[in-house]
Amino acid sequence: MEKPNMSYIDTLSGSDKAFKLKLISIVKEELPQEITIYEENIKSKNFKEAAENVHKLKHKISILGLETSYQIAIDYEENLKIASTQLRVEFEAILKEMTRFITTL
Amino acid sequence: MMKCIIVDDETAARAIISHLCSQVDTLEVVGEFPNAMQAIKYLNKNEVDLIFLDIHMPDFTGFDFIDSLKNPPNIILTTSDKNFAIEAFEYDCIVDYLVKPVLLPRFLKAIQKAENFVSTTGDTPAVAPVSKQPESTSTKELYVNIDRRLVKIDFDSIFLVEAKGDYILIKTEGKNYTVHSTLKKIEDKLSGSSFLKIHRSYIINIKKIIDIEDNSVLIAKDVIPISRSNRPELMKRLNLL
Repeated sequence: MEKPNMSYIDTLSGSDKAFKLKLISIVKEELPQEITIYEENIKSKNFKEAAENVHKLKHKISILGLETSYQIAIDYEENLKIASTQLRVEFEAILKEMTRFITTL
Repeated sequence: MMKCIIVDDETAARAIISHLCSQVDTLEVVGEFPNAMQAIKYLNKNEVDLIFLDIHMPDFTGFDFIDSLKNPPNIILTTSDKNFAIEAFEYDCIVDYLVKPVLLPRFLKAIQKAENFVSTTGDTPAVAPVSKQPESTSTKELYVNIDRRLVKIDFDSIFLVEAKGDYILIKTEGKNYTVHSTLKKIEDKLSGSSFLKIHRSYIINIKKIIDIEDNSVLIAKDVIPISRSNRPELMKRLNLL
């Protein structure tokens, strides 16, 4: 499975360590919140809202350098728009991996 | 110096754009807003030269936001979705379209475009709309975004266009198309041709009129109302015997 990485954050931050720490801090705070909202919507079968949540999570996926996972998220978002949960397992595995990764930062 | 604001409901996205702005001497971030309503309140009292705007926001999308501004400044859209690119360029105020995650080289390119739009006489906002459409009076077709495909519609094939809330229904000889757009936008695209708005909800192709009776016209199988205020212009455009 594709592994999250710091490639984008490092490139964006350059030598600005303060910004790098700030962005990491924001991601560590914002990602779990976004995942919780997504999970609540999935649990309630609010697929349209869940699609919006996935859309928002796509940015975090790209921030953590997950290119293949990003495409899975795109496809899953489209599935949710038509009330299909196909790719849910794959997408949630990505979320799990991202959550694990940010705890190491 | 270009005064700019950032409108995005995601904290990380605002931080990234703000960081990128800090690397450009000619940009000054004067506000960051997590939703459109707060940004509108700010803009009611303050002028800015440039807005970084997320399209996907809860309740009030980026396009709703632009539509709510009387005289929008230059706008750079920021989004994780490439699908809105076509709609984006319906707006003269939209300078560029940045797909997240944004990096400095692409960001600088967008700023360069924005600077080219701003008046060189000072820090005043660029008020003159600059059209991205090539100046041409010979356009005979338009492209509409249907299920992520750009479908060509020949002007001559169009019977009428009807407003349907946030959508328009384009009725043609071949088929009908429902498109996320406004009557005003398509009216602008069709201007200078055989089309005329005869009612607040209808634009018709004058060439397709079968007959006119009192305050309605028959086009194909549709009877379309003519509003009192639009009737004189319609009569003027007809080749009356």
